[in-house]
Amino acid sequence: MGFKEINFILNGKPVTTTFSEGESLTDILRNLGMTSVKKGCEAGECGACTVLLDGKSINSCIYLADWVEGHDILTLEGVRAKDGSLHPIQQAFIDEAAIQCGFCTPGLILTGVELCNSGKKYTREELRERVSGHLCRCTGYENIINALDKVIGVNS
Amino acid sequence: MYDIQKYFSAHSIAEALDLLREYPGAIIVAGGTDIMVHLRQRKLRDAVLIGIREIPELNGIHLHEDRSIVIGAGTCFDTIYQDTLINRYIPILAEAANQVGSPQIRHVATIGGNLCNGAVSADSAPSLLAMDVKLEFRSKESTRILPISEFYIGPGKTALQSDHELLTAIIIPQENYENWNGCYLKFGQRNAMEISTLGCAAAVKLEKDKTHLVALNLAFGVAAAKPVRCPRLESSVVGMAADDMLWQKIHTEVLSELNPRDSWRASRELREQLIRTLSVRAVKKAIERAGGKKNGL
Repeated sequence: MGFKEINFILNGKPVTTTFSEGESLTDILRNLGMTSVKKGCEAGECGACTVLLDGKSINSCIYLADWVEGHDILTLEGVRAKDGSLHPIQQAFIDEAAIQCGFCTPGLILTGVELCNSGKKYTREELRERVSGHLCRCTGYENIINALDKVIGVNS
Repeated sequence: MYDIQKYFSAHSIAEALDLLREYPGAIIVAGGTDIMVHLRQRKLRDAVLIGIREIPELNGIHLHEDRSIVIGAGTCFDTIYQDTLINRYIPILAEAANQVGSPQIRHVATIGGNLCNGAVSADSAPSLLAMDVKLEFRSKESTRILPISEFYIGPGKTALQSDHELLTAIIIPQENYENWNGCYLKFGQRNAMEISTLGCAAAVKLEKDKTHLVALNLAFGVAAAKPVRCPRLESSVVGMAADDMLWQKIHTEVLSELNPRDSWRASRELREQLIRTLSVRAVKKAIERAGGKKNGL
């Protein structure tokens, strides 16, 4: 089993790391201390491992570490502003009590950040569609949609 | 940790084909959203993978000089959904692309992978069959073009010669999209992150008066052992008016060319009901989009 080296941008900083053949992006991110990236279903269904790759949400559990070479990865650890203040999506999740156990939260916030960066506004129906790749086992969807609606909804 | 013996990243079609020759049994991987799951489930073990995501010419959608639209096999579903050419000329494909998996899956999963996987439930298959697209395969020796009607050869089996060739492009000739309108309907147990219980694509071409059918192409996923069209029904409705007679004929005759099965997802009986209902609904919608006169819609 060979070791490979890889270079990419993690939360704005260049990193070089080694990994074994067959490791997923989730594996190497967690090894780098990015434990907001959760191992849920590990089959690309639950969205708990979601990260942004070049600004787009992907399931890191079914993404080979090899594929991240030269790309830009954002995890929840990189979402806060430089002065430490929360991202508007994070603040809205607190204000709307959109967190119960918290396991799905990092992924959902990253999808929220992706939508926020698009500059578009979304109807509640569109928001439901856009977060359809995330499962919340606590079933707190209503508050999650409320939080997103507050920042990127058509009436926000 | 995936059970991968070796992963190679090919940077050109020629390099991918060389690697295929050098490593018999190696598997081509594009987005990996099916293959990674198969590896996780141990359906695949000790795999040698050849990645084709770094091959620029497999990626993108182009309008050729002869007005055919060419989709690189490595183009992901989100790109297809957002593409200007696709939305303008082949909106039925954008409609299908947006029903694959979840947003995260659509950022990664490719249309070529969806086809080569051979699944009867592939979301892109019914629309591509209804558009009667052509597939381009490349090997070291040659390039061959195959109509999609000859691509699926049995349950999970395709005409791809996976030991020495690559699916490189999906080609939609001008006459296959110009003046055609379509509709893809998918039934699943939930609206998102769902494998199709039944998929139905209808493409129609109307007479200038917008009341009679010049042609109907009707294709299904999960209605037989492989994605299929209904050629007998299609030829028997040519020239018919878009009215109750047509809906009745489709409803009555569509099952005769299909063979849905029982599975844990749905019984044969439910699938038969879905086929009758969705086929009429998809044809009505396609006619409506073609500017068909409302009579009987």
